[in-house]
Amino acid sequence: MSDIVTERDIDRSHMTVSDEVAIQIDQMNKWYGTFHVLRDINLTVYRGERIVICGPSGSGKSTLIRCINRLEEHQAGSIVVDGTELSSDLKNIDKIRSEVGMCFQHFNLFPHLTILENCTLAPIWVRKTPKKEAEEIAMHFLQKVKIPEQADKYPGQLSGGQQQRVAIARSLCMKPRIMLFDEPTSALDPEMIKEVLDTMIELAEEGMTMLCVTHEMGFAQAVANRVIFMDQGQIVEQNEPKEFFNNPQSDRTKLFLSQILGH
Amino acid sequence: MSDTHAQTVSYVRDTMLPQAEPPLRDKGAVKWMRENLFSSWLNAILTVLSLFVVYWIVSHLYPWFANSVWRAGSLTECREIRDATVGSDAPSACFAVIADRWQQLLFGFYPKEYYWRPVLALVVFLVSLWPVLFDNAPRKMLFFTLAAPFIMFALLWGGPIWGPLFVALGFVLGYFAYELVNKSAGPLAATLAAIILPLLYWFYLVGPLAGLFSSVAPIGFEYVDSKDFGGFTLSVVIGVAGIVLSLPLGILLALGRSSDLFLINKVSVGFIEIIRGVPLIVWLFTASLLLNYFLPPGTNFDLMLRVIIMVTLFSAAYIAEVVRGGLAALPKGQYEAADALGLDYWKAMRLIILPQALKISIPGIVNTFIGLFKDTTLVVFIGLLDPIGLTNAIRASTDWNGVYWELFVFIGLMFFIFCFSMGRYSLYLEKKLQREHR
Ligand SMILES: Nc1ncnc2c1ncn2[C@@H]1O[C@H](COP(=O)(O)OP(=O)(O)O)[C@@H](O)[C@H]1O
Ligand SMILES: [Mg+2]
Repeated sequence: MSDIVTERDIDRSHMTVSDEVAIQIDQMNKWYGTFHVLRDINLTVYRGERIVICGPSGSGKSTLIRCINRLEEHQAGSIVVDGTELSSDLKNIDKIRSEVGMCFQHFNLFPHLTILENCTLAPIWVRKTPKKEAEEIAMHFLQKVKIPEQADKYPGQLSGGQQQRVAIARSLCMKPRIMLFDEPTSALDPEMIKEVLDTMIELAEEGMTMLCVTHEMGFAQAVANRVIFMDQGQIVEQNEPKEFFNNPQSDRTKLFLSQILGH
Repeated sequence: MSDTHAQTVSYVRDTMLPQAEPPLRDKGAVKWMRENLFSSWLNAILTVLSLFVVYWIVSHLYPWFANSVWRAGSLTECREIRDATVGSDAPSACFAVIADRWQQLLFGFYPKEYYWRPVLALVVFLVSLWPVLFDNAPRKMLFFTLAAPFIMFALLWGGPIWGPLFVALGFVLGYFAYELVNKSAGPLAATLAAIILPLLYWFYLVGPLAGLFSSVAPIGFEYVDSKDFGGFTLSVVIGVAGIVLSLPLGILLALGRSSDLFLINKVSVGFIEIIRGVPLIVWLFTASLLLNYFLPPGTNFDLMLRVIIMVTLFSAAYIAEVVRGGLAALPKGQYEAADALGLDYWKAMRLIILPQALKISIPGIVNTFIGLFKDTTLVVFIGLLDPIGLTNAIRASTDWNGVYWELFVFIGLMFFIFCFSMGRYSLYLEKKLQREHR
């Protein structure tokens, strides 16, 4: 667990939660074949929320956030993102995907394209942004994640932490209204975790709506306004960070926290 | 990193020792031989053995080449010259047959006065390859590449230029149909329009239009019939057409086979398995004999065109499997990242998946191309005069009755040059892509 993130003062002036609903999940169920992986998920995310999702491995955290941009299909219940219901209608899916950014555990940068091309690809081909403008936007976000000087390199030439920051910049270039993170720091060496978390904190400071699957409890305490604990495909408990860590309700949460905090 | 190091390490040597010469036995040729030829007893034995094999082969072949006769009118004359110079029991190649018949081996029965046309077509082809194979070409060259197939057709077969010209215009028509319909009715309708309009145009308008223009203005080269094509001209035309057409078809089949859509998947699998499961020679016989039954009576469908179609389908099935291997080798994350960014299927394939999958598949693809090119020699069995077929024709003349090896050496050498350059290009491309995407 990294305490590093708490060392720095966090600017909370833009971290405001509005009462506008960003994501509404009702009675959502999902199966992999016959395996019931998500059960009766109900979750309302308001614009500006920073939610951290944690839970033991295999509890369905990834599946849940992958359902939100339809990388996985749910079989029952409803998911409404930005007022658009996720159905098999391809138009809706493309619309939602271009408004919801996602960062993966293994970055998934495109190795055959330069950093700059990675960042301009979707704006040019999905948003039809002119190339010049797309490159300006890309450089702007690469500046934000502090690697503008790497723009002409290929992903394979960057360190893991740098790659993950590029992946974040790549998502941001689509100007998403919601960002999903699936264990963005789990594949990183400890000294690189901080640089990625710092980037995510800056994003939170700008008021981005974020759902992060992560076990970085320092990050959760610093910026999350809500922590969700999942186990066996269900949301077991959710609370604001202070309460969640100091006063967990269910036994499963207590067990999990004692394991992850290591004392 | 390094400057923190400099601050934390308190003792750093700042004057370096000069470089010392390595010991004498570790230098130059002696070192190389010790390391590469005689590094152990087993290696030493193998080295000696290989040297012996090389010596044995060269000692047998060398006299045959060294005593070869290049100027003679017939095989008997060759033998007489040999007897007079090196004696009747010395081996001697009679390359005079190549000197006498090389034009036929290269051009078949293509009219002599038009030999420049296939040669020019080859030049057009090589120039059109430039922007495809190397990325230092100006972008405008791509237009020339697009026009090249029609230019080559007009050069090789001749006839009024209106035919190929109006066929080519069909593609332009398709392009504009797509652009126009896409604006008003979306990409699906546009794709349909871009397929249907040109098809209608090709079926109903091209014939009359070309006929009309040809009667008014009969511009173009003298017509040369397919049956006059032969030798390497034939091999290269079939090989190149097969290669150029089978790559896109193979890619589509690979995508079909990896698709989730039931029907498309099963059709692709069926096609690939059936085509692959039957020898090429059978398909060639099908092309030459059976295809006529399926075509409406009266259509005189050029045999060479039929062969090209068969060869294309055959190698497309192999390409499909090679490309599928490349697709399967990509991590799932690449598909997910493309999806998550909102790219639709075709864009994801074109921009993300295929560039990487094809890069992985380059050795396999080039391997298939080399195989296809050599397999063009099989057309001899359905009566086309490829280089092998021409050797029979050449031997049929009394002058050269009994000449085998000299012809085959020449043909082998020609094929080797083509195939070896393809292999070299593949290596170059692999190395280049490796450098770029490090
Ligand atoms: N594509 C899949 N097919 C079948 N089962 C899967 C698939 N993906 C995940 N699972 C299973 O679903 C469960 C939840 O997975 P996941 O959402 O990845 O958990 P987490 O991210 O919380 O570790 C696990 O038991 C996993 O084995
Ligand atoms: Mg996971």
